[in-house]
Amino acid sequence: MTKATTGDAPGALRKVLDPTSERSLGVRPRLPRLASLSGATVGLLDISKARGDVFLDRLAERLAGEGAKVLRFRKPTFTKPAPVDLRQEIATRCDAVIEALAD
Amino acid sequence: MSAPAQPLLPEGIVAFVKRDCPTCALVVPVLAQLATMRELTVYSQDDPAFPPGLVPVDDRSLEMSWHHRIEAVPTLIRVRGGAETARVLGWHREEWQALTGVEGLGAGLPAWRPGCGSRSVDPDLAPDLAVRFAAAKLRARRVELAPLEDEFEALFERGWSDGLPLVPATEKRVLAMLEATTRAPDEIVAEVPPDLAPCSVEKVAINAVMAGCKPEYLPVVLAAVEAACSDGFNAHGILATTMPVGPVVIVNGPVRRALGMNAGINVFGQGNRANATIGRALQLVIRNVGGGRPGEVDRATFGNPGKLSFCFAEDEEGSPWEPLSVDLGKPRGVSTVTLFAGEGPRSIVDQLSRDPESLARSFAVNLRTLHHPKLLLVFDCILAISPDHARVFREAGWSKAQLHARLRELLQIPGAEVVRGAGAIAEGLPESVAGATLPKFRPGGLLIVHCGGGAGLFSAMIGGWASGAMGSQYVIREVGR
Repeated sequence: MTKATTGDAPGALRKVLDPTSERSLGVRPRLPRLASLSGATVGLLDISKARGDVFLDRLAERLAGEGAKVLRFRKPTFTKPAPVDLRQEIATRCDAVIEALAD
Repeated sequence: MSAPAQPLLPEGIVAFVKRDCPTCALVVPVLAQLATMRELTVYSQDDPAFPPGLVPVDDRSLEMSWHHRIEAVPTLIRVRGGAETARVLGWHREEWQALTGVEGLGAGLPAWRPGCGSRSVDPDLAPDLAVRFAAAKLRARRVELAPLEDEFEALFERGWSDGLPLVPATEKRVLAMLEATTRAPDEIVAEVPPDLAPCSVEKVAINAVMAGCKPEYLPVVLAAVEAACSDGFNAHGILATTMPVGPVVIVNGPVRRALGMNAGINVFGQGNRANATIGRALQLVIRNVGGGRPGEVDRATFGNPGKLSFCFAEDEEGSPWEPLSVDLGKPRGVSTVTLFAGEGPRSIVDQLSRDPESLARSFAVNLRTLHHPKLLLVFDCILAISPDHARVFREAGWSKAQLHARLRELLQIPGAEVVRGAGAIAEGLPESVAGATLPKFRPGGLLIVHCGGGAGLFSAMIGGWASGAMGSQYVIREVGR
């Protein structure tokens, strides 16, 4: 038998309030993989960290060689999530996106 | 389960009394007099046979007393059209006459007698009354612990802990916590990163209970949550960065002393409940409401022990200077929290300087090393000056502005010293700055506070993170109620 020293009724400590946002994040299925890069539009998102552009420039060359159309995007600062407008633009204009986390 | 409607008071004159109150016994003849002239309802808190001769309503459950926030007995209330229009506490002839519109009340009684405390606010009873009458207003999901679960282990198991034990957030404790604010439990305080989950006053209170806060700390926690979740402070980035920073909470103004916060000996260390739990409550809100957990969005390479709680008060009384809150534009005497994205404190030892120029130079050579001596203009810093060091400036008559100005001069650094490769160190700034002279800190990037124990010729610096719009802008917020 639980008897709290605070004067709670027996068992009162057995019920606590949920401290979380009470969101259970839904599991979202991944989009199907592209069958081919040829003719696909691929976005390259530079997060504005040093030398990320070096990596993305090389990727852009390789992707163009595979016949993909490449669009370049850039976050205003690496310290914050991409703005909603930028995410929307990428989602509507691209078939796939690659994000550079380089230093 | 919906919240029970507040029971209405009857029309006319309403009195709350208890037998165990000499003033209530004193006014029995007055109540008897009123009963013959007005629509009178008497609620008795402890004895349905009191007052004798009248027919009181039994309020031993204290439901009416609690809902109508009766603080003392006798309380006399006038109700018109279902609404309270006047209230008098204790016996006061003139006020009772004005409230009732009856002259000549209580002839022979003294003109005034204070009442006694209402049983509904008796500290031994009030918390249970709150659970009985107000638990339904709490919206949070109730989590029933299994009979064989240990209460404390169960909270770890559910992933709510920062690694230390938590106080179970029972209805009773959360309701007691909410008593410390005038804000409604369902009011949204902020959207908490990284999930940007709306966070109610109630959710803050739950996490404050778990952190070990006393109820009176809640307004400070609320202000800290609001400040931390502002766009400029960028709690998402502070969490996600690989750098070792977390929210540092600096408290200024009268609330420091009201809560017994530590601004003195061991100011950044353990041992003071308010310092330890206010910062912890903020971090629990980010963890539990915002979903910010190490290894998930929190990617810190090292982190720092202050990510459990890094909260302290400025020693304003012993300071030669205006407090930080005044530097940041708030009037003196206003309680504030300042949020800074900071690493752990580092000591600056100078036991020999007795003139301000020498000590300023000591500060400058140490400040230059912040994060890396060759990195400039990126990181802000808190310089915490101890009483022993502050005395050097006080005795020389240096204002804080003078010290700031001198440090700015001393921290102008030739670009050639800091470009990549200089000093045979690859880290540094681009070659393009080689001909320039650059300051260590951006304008406003150095904050000075006065705190620490009264003995020790030391100061401390708390390094920041990518500053301003690029990363985090420190933010000050007034503590409300």
